[in-house]
Amino acid sequence: MLSMSLNSTTYSFIDKLKAVDYFLIIIVAIIGSISVFSIYSTESGNFSFYTKNHLIRFLVFFFMFLILSFIRVSAWYRQAYIFYIIGILLLLYVMLFGISASGSKRWINLFVMNFQPSELMKIAIIVCFARYYHHIQSSDIQSYKYLLQPTVLLLIPCYLVIAQPDLGTAILIAGSGLAIIWLAGLNLKYFVYSGLILLVSLPFVISVLKPYQKSRILTFFNPERDPLGAGYQIIQSKIAIGSGGFLGKGFLQGTQSYLEFLPEKHTDFIFTLFSEEFGFVGSALLIFLYALLIYRIIRIGFLSRSFFAKLYCFGFASALFLYIFVNIAMVVGLLPIVGAPLPIMSYGGSSMLSIMLGLSIVMSCKIYSRDPIGG
Amino acid sequence: MIKKTGNLNKNRIISRRLFVLVAAKIGLLGIVTSRLYNLQISEKQKYEVLSDKNRIREWKTPPQRGIITDYFNNVIADNQRVYQVHLSLEEVSNFNNSIFKLKNIISLKEDEIKKIYEKKEKSKPWDTLIISENLSWKEFSKLNLYLHELDGAKPVLSTSRYYPYSNDLVHVVGYVGDATTQDIQNKKKIEENFVPGLKVGKIGIESSKDTDLIGNHGTKRFEVNASGKKISEISYNKETQGENLRTTIDLEIQQLAQELLKNQAGSICVMDIYTGEVITMASSPTYDPNKFTHGISTKDWNEIKNNKLRPLLNKSLAGLYSPGSTIKPLVALAALEYGIIDTKFKVNCKGHDHPYELYGERYHCWKKNGHGWMSMRNAIKQSCDIYFYEVARLLGVDKLSLIAKRYGLGSKVLEDFFSEEKKGIVPSTKWKKQVLEQSWYLGETVITGIGQGYIQTTPLQLCLMTAQLANGGYKIKPNLIYDKEIDIDIIKSKIESEKNKSVDQNILKDHGFKYYERLYRNPNNLKFVLDAMYGSTNEQFGTSFKSRHTEDKYKFAGKTGTSQVKRITDQDRELDLNLEEIEYKNRDHALFIAFAPYNKPRYSLSVLIEHGGSGSKAAAPLANKLIKKILDRHELREKIRKDLKNIA
Repeated sequence: MLSMSLNSTTYSFIDKLKAVDYFLIIIVAIIGSISVFSIYSTESGNFSFYTKNHLIRFLVFFFMFLILSFIRVSAWYRQAYIFYIIGILLLLYVMLFGISASGSKRWINLFVMNFQPSELMKIAIIVCFARYYHHIQSSDIQSYKYLLQPTVLLLIPCYLVIAQPDLGTAILIAGSGLAIIWLAGLNLKYFVYSGLILLVSLPFVISVLKPYQKSRILTFFNPERDPLGAGYQIIQSKIAIGSGGFLGKGFLQGTQSYLEFLPEKHTDFIFTLFSEEFGFVGSALLIFLYALLIYRIIRIGFLSRSFFAKLYCFGFASALFLYIFVNIAMVVGLLPIVGAPLPIMSYGGSSMLSIMLGLSIVMSCKIYSRDPIGG
Repeated sequence: MIKKTGNLNKNRIISRRLFVLVAAKIGLLGIVTSRLYNLQISEKQKYEVLSDKNRIREWKTPPQRGIITDYFNNVIADNQRVYQVHLSLEEVSNFNNSIFKLKNIISLKEDEIKKIYEKKEKSKPWDTLIISENLSWKEFSKLNLYLHELDGAKPVLSTSRYYPYSNDLVHVVGYVGDATTQDIQNKKKIEENFVPGLKVGKIGIESSKDTDLIGNHGTKRFEVNASGKKISEISYNKETQGENLRTTIDLEIQQLAQELLKNQAGSICVMDIYTGEVITMASSPTYDPNKFTHGISTKDWNEIKNNKLRPLLNKSLAGLYSPGSTIKPLVALAALEYGIIDTKFKVNCKGHDHPYELYGERYHCWKKNGHGWMSMRNAIKQSCDIYFYEVARLLGVDKLSLIAKRYGLGSKVLEDFFSEEKKGIVPSTKWKKQVLEQSWYLGETVITGIGQGYIQTTPLQLCLMTAQLANGGYKIKPNLIYDKEIDIDIIKSKIESEKNKSVDQNILKDHGFKYYERLYRNPNNLKFVLDAMYGSTNEQFGTSFKSRHTEDKYKFAGKTGTSQVKRITDQDRELDLNLEEIEYKNRDHALFIAFAPYNKPRYSLSVLIEHGGSGSKAAAPLANKLIKKILDRHELREKIRKDLKNIA
């Protein structure tokens, strides 16, 4: 046992290359290519601003993903709390010096792009919680100490993000954290209790929501309430998807987006555009690709020896699923519009960066799967 | 070892929990996929329709109205090219500014501008506003010169209604104007084809035949983007022109009639006594229907409305007059048909000193010195009132009423073709009970016998009555629009077979008649009455003797009528004033009915001059000129009739 753990700390370059999950890379590349074509379609088939930017970002962050994959997973383990703290500091910085756009303060100006720290926090929380639960014995998890600490760790970033305000991202961060707490084995009853408390406090929560958030939730329950205002996005999105039919209207033929009926088509509603042009077949295929991606990540988790790697992979897979589910459920009218991008597909540097960073840690878990990670 | 088992345990927990998560994920993916299935496959059609509704916007193009012609194919209601300026609201950056500029270029008046702003309020942002419907060529060319400064303004070549014989036919053809909310609600065809600026018929044929004339609007479909901007034309379903209509009117006779009525208030109607074709239906004074097409100005409207001779009243069918002596042939006919008297029955007319008396009431003849002993033929010819007082008394009002109604009085001649047409009144004891809730007095019967009292008729009814007497006593179907179903040869053969039919026992009772059915019991009675009318025009002492034609082919038979508008008092009788000395509104209406040519009757006519004085002086002379024209044009009309039949 001891000798194995000692041996495992050295890997030859060939070993590393052999250990790379090429299948995962191919899936990411395929989804990335689809995303470039989709953004190209939002510009009515002109290779201009959004398409160029998106292509460059995808290529840059894709290479970043490949390179960062070779960082040892143990390094991520060691720096996990630092990563978390950096995330919190950046959120605080945003709160004080961030750039505002349409009523919310979410971005830091990095000159080449506007960076959104809350996106980074999505990954940081998973890394942090993976490390946190790495040590804790299953028998200790139910103790109040180990219940309180992660709750606080989770509430801080959630609060900072809600304050921006960005309810969507906050929900995704909370969801990702909760997924790891669940995986670590916290008793089901705590989830049930907190769920009940949330339900009871819902009227209060709604009362402190911003007017636009409230209207979005009310609109979700009845989009026809205000078809030209808050309900417009969801109605137009459903029309676009529905009119796509089985095979779709064809590439660059999506009238809803081409004639500008579709709002936010580059970002949150990119799935709508894709679905209008490629129909049920295309949408199902894209969902299948995402499912393969998630399956691949879970598989890596299974192959990893350390709890950190396992928790991280399973946690990241769950988070990724959550992003995808929330976005698609939102555009098909199953969930209120909360502002959640579709991983890789949506235009937006920060989201792309955080997904690629998350994937590189997954890959690192694969390459260094034999690392037991101390303690 | 403890740690190892702990780790194993932890591994198991993580795997178990992961399994739950994966199961949840699969479940949620299932939900999302089924939702997609629901949207894209089950409800595809619904969303496809919604998507098309989003992106496709329709613009209606106005239909073209059908052309109206007279019997000889002269166009009497045409579509004329007009110059207009439209303003496309989505292209206008500053509406007030554009209107201000346009105002200077095409000289818009203040009230026009007010109307434009009212219209704009009701328009949708992508609508097109018609700023001016009828620009002069000068204004139109000036507009084109300044067009670069006027965003959204479009010079448009359009068509609008034009009546080439402006005043002559307004009471027949009518006019058009903007469709009102009421028009749209009342007529489905208008509702279906409504386009802003659509003109619809307001009165006359334009109104009653609107459904045929209006045509179908076209549809231009454009693809538009979310802000309503046109991206491309998808399809253009061209508008169609409405049906062209041929009327039965003879333009030349109509024009002559209007000319004869000039400066007087009155009516002239001419009808074919077999086909029932209305050849002329003139009413005077008239007005210009072209003024209504683009909205009449207040000044013009007031001028028409305040004219004392009431140009807006279509006197031929909405003017009600006592028929006066023109009813006498009918009274004589009724008395003969019922066998109350025979043609040899005589009455002595002894002049104003010895009037007809009934229960203390005195009834005078128009002739001061009296006619002396009158037989029936003379009484009609010389229009003796005393004779008809007595005949009416013997006949009774109910029998007279029955025969009067049978020959066309008391009901609408053109049914519901003209909304303004009046039924008139043919009084009877029952009618008085029902309407006035009073009993009938014999004295009322007596004056009904000379066409005074309650009885009210329209000139067109008198024309129809004359026609149905002149054709030998057969019911005809009056019509104003050429109808190929109405065939002169078929009608004549129907009449021929009716003539030889044995007499129905019920012929003198009140019952309905079919078209071309015989209305009389004994043909000799009709022959007698027509012969008496011949005498009235062509023999000395006849009331219309001065208006006769001596040439055989123009010879006609007629009956004058003078309809009192006011009861004549003994004082009036004493004064015996000339026409010029009586106040206009108190002067008698002059009437004349006639048919021609006498030996082979084909046409009937009625002339009415409001407050014209006596029928023989004011009305009968017009018939002389008219009948010549009508008979001169007979051959031509028959030729057209043949041509039309051959086409069909």
